[in-house]
Amino acid sequence: MELAIRTEKLSRVYKIRGGKKSEPRSLIALNDINLEMQPGELFGLLGPNGAGKTTLIKILTTLLAPTTGHAWVSGYDVLDEPEKVRPRINMVSGGEASGYGLLTVRENLWMFSQFYGLPSAVANRNIKHLLEVVGLSDRMNTKSSDLSTGLRQKMNIVRGFMTDPDVLFLDEPTLGLDVGASREVRRFIRSWIDENPTRTIMLTTHYMVEADELCDRVAIINQGRVLACDTPSNLKHNLQQEAIFHLEVTSFNGTLKADKFEALPGVCNVVHLPQDGYDSLDLILEEEQALAGVVNTLNSANIRLLNLQKNEPTLEDVFVKLVGQSMEEVEQEGGSGEQ
Amino acid sequence: MSNSSYSTPQVFVPPDGNQSYTAGRVHKNSGWVLFLQTVIARSYPRVVGQMRDISWMFFDTLLPLLSVCTYVFVYRAIHAPEDYIGFVVLGGAMLAFWMNVLWGMSSQLYWEKEQGNLSLYIMSPASLMAMLLGMAFGGLFSTSLRALLIIVLGSWFFNVQYAIANFAQLFAVFFLAMVALYGLGMMTSSLYLLLSREAWHVSNLFQEPVFLFSGFYFPIKNFSFWISAVASIIPLTLGLDAMRQLVFKSGPSLGFISVPIEIIVLVILSVVFLYTSRLMLAHMEKLAIREGRLTENRR
Repeated sequence: MELAIRTEKLSRVYKIRGGKKSEPRSLIALNDINLEMQPGELFGLLGPNGAGKTTLIKILTTLLAPTTGHAWVSGYDVLDEPEKVRPRINMVSGGEASGYGLLTVRENLWMFSQFYGLPSAVANRNIKHLLEVVGLSDRMNTKSSDLSTGLRQKMNIVRGFMTDPDVLFLDEPTLGLDVGASREVRRFIRSWIDENPTRTIMLTTHYMVEADELCDRVAIINQGRVLACDTPSNLKHNLQQEAIFHLEVTSFNGTLKADKFEALPGVCNVVHLPQDGYDSLDLILEEEQALAGVVNTLNSANIRLLNLQKNEPTLEDVFVKLVGQSMEEVEQEGGSGEQ
Repeated sequence: MSNSSYSTPQVFVPPDGNQSYTAGRVHKNSGWVLFLQTVIARSYPRVVGQMRDISWMFFDTLLPLLSVCTYVFVYRAIHAPEDYIGFVVLGGAMLAFWMNVLWGMSSQLYWEKEQGNLSLYIMSPASLMAMLLGMAFGGLFSTSLRALLIIVLGSWFFNVQYAIANFAQLFAVFFLAMVALYGLGMMTSSLYLLLSREAWHVSNLFQEPVFLFSGFYFPIKNFSFWISAVASIIPLTLGLDAMRQLVFKSGPSLGFISVPIEIIVLVILSVVFLYTSRLMLAHMEKLAIREGRLTENRR
């Protein structure tokens, strides 16, 4: 069977212009990406901001040329045959404000449907049906400028699905949505792919729960490189033999550095995050016994243990194990590969 | 969102096997049908927007009429021939098209990019040329209403007398001037796609000189032949000159060159601008995809 998406040694380097006197710098957004996605798969690309997720989507949706390497969507080369790729795809991005505020929801959706050649009767039927499914049918005749962020995103979701694409790209589809709306969007995405087994969804997210809950397979990406690619359960299973602990302790206040824990025997990774009134430590240990060393170190620095919890591995732990930092820490450092 | 799950849309059976691309169950048109659908759909927001936000009546009709009034009073003060008043009213109406092309048409792709629409347009199977044509038709429709209102009000206020010599030629001149003008707009819009915000200055640079050299408020015959000839690259220059010759008694005596020659030049300009805009758009799109400028501002 033809692969839905395939990339081969795909790379993208941006040239960043400096000032008048300084030389342009290079930013490696994607570095040697090799991925394959089967039809019917809901594939997740998980990584922090600046990891290269959106760049990859832009290349696959024919909006950006790769610097080196190749990519195929539905068997067609995205660079050489964009006219064959485009009728088969669609994309929804989180937080997008596409369309025109003066038009109603239905009019905006109709307009976009025409760009895909949908006959008006089919377009109107699909729009009506999908608006009912996402619970937006009562706002069909509301101007899109009058919609809240969540409702607007639901309209965008309908825009992506109404053309019945072979491959749908969802770039952070729940960005900026509240918990309830996010859950509804996720439920809808999952049910669509389940009922349309020849379709493929590629979803980028930096929400671990989203990737874990939705995706058949997940690729973890950081600094433009794919670090791991497997089913969420397999990725987590690889951490099964390790012990994962979440500790809440009194604030370090400079008396202790997190790297001191990493030097302890049996400690694989430590993520230290100051919280409101306390500090949290997320530990991945080779075995449970290594926890004694951590507790002793805390005691000797007069830091009190407030809470201790042993956790099942999550994709966040997988990320920490692969990158050595939490996604939050990577984002704070500004994770792209500038040179 | 309701608990019901998404079910496959009903299959649409195309009436014939031609002009169709069937990605799965949903029939999708392609080729010229898709092109026409795109033109109509993209002109829709401008046509409908016109009806929903009527502030244009004040900003785009009454305010430009103030400039018209200024010139009318100057001409009356110096006892210029009465047809000059009509020249000014007609010029004021045609000015609306130039402003629409300069600010609404040329910069449209820039605004679409800022709004996030441009990437959706480009990744759709519709051609960017069809999108631009849609914008042009929508703009032409809405600007025609503005221009008509300026002519009606201006003619009423200042009692302008028209003596139309040839309706067919008048229609041909207006039509060709609009095709060439919006072709020029489509050409410059591809420039905006590449230059982004910097192209703004290009519009500023051209706005006032074109006011002068296109003779919006006076006959361009007052310039030397060569200045008028160079100014004729802006389609409104010849369009306006020909229209004045066709609708005012003294028009032919104040015309730059004869109307048939102006029609021929407008045909040439239309073909050149439309063809060049198609080439430029394709080139700029490729360049923008290569450099990553379609969806982001300059890095």
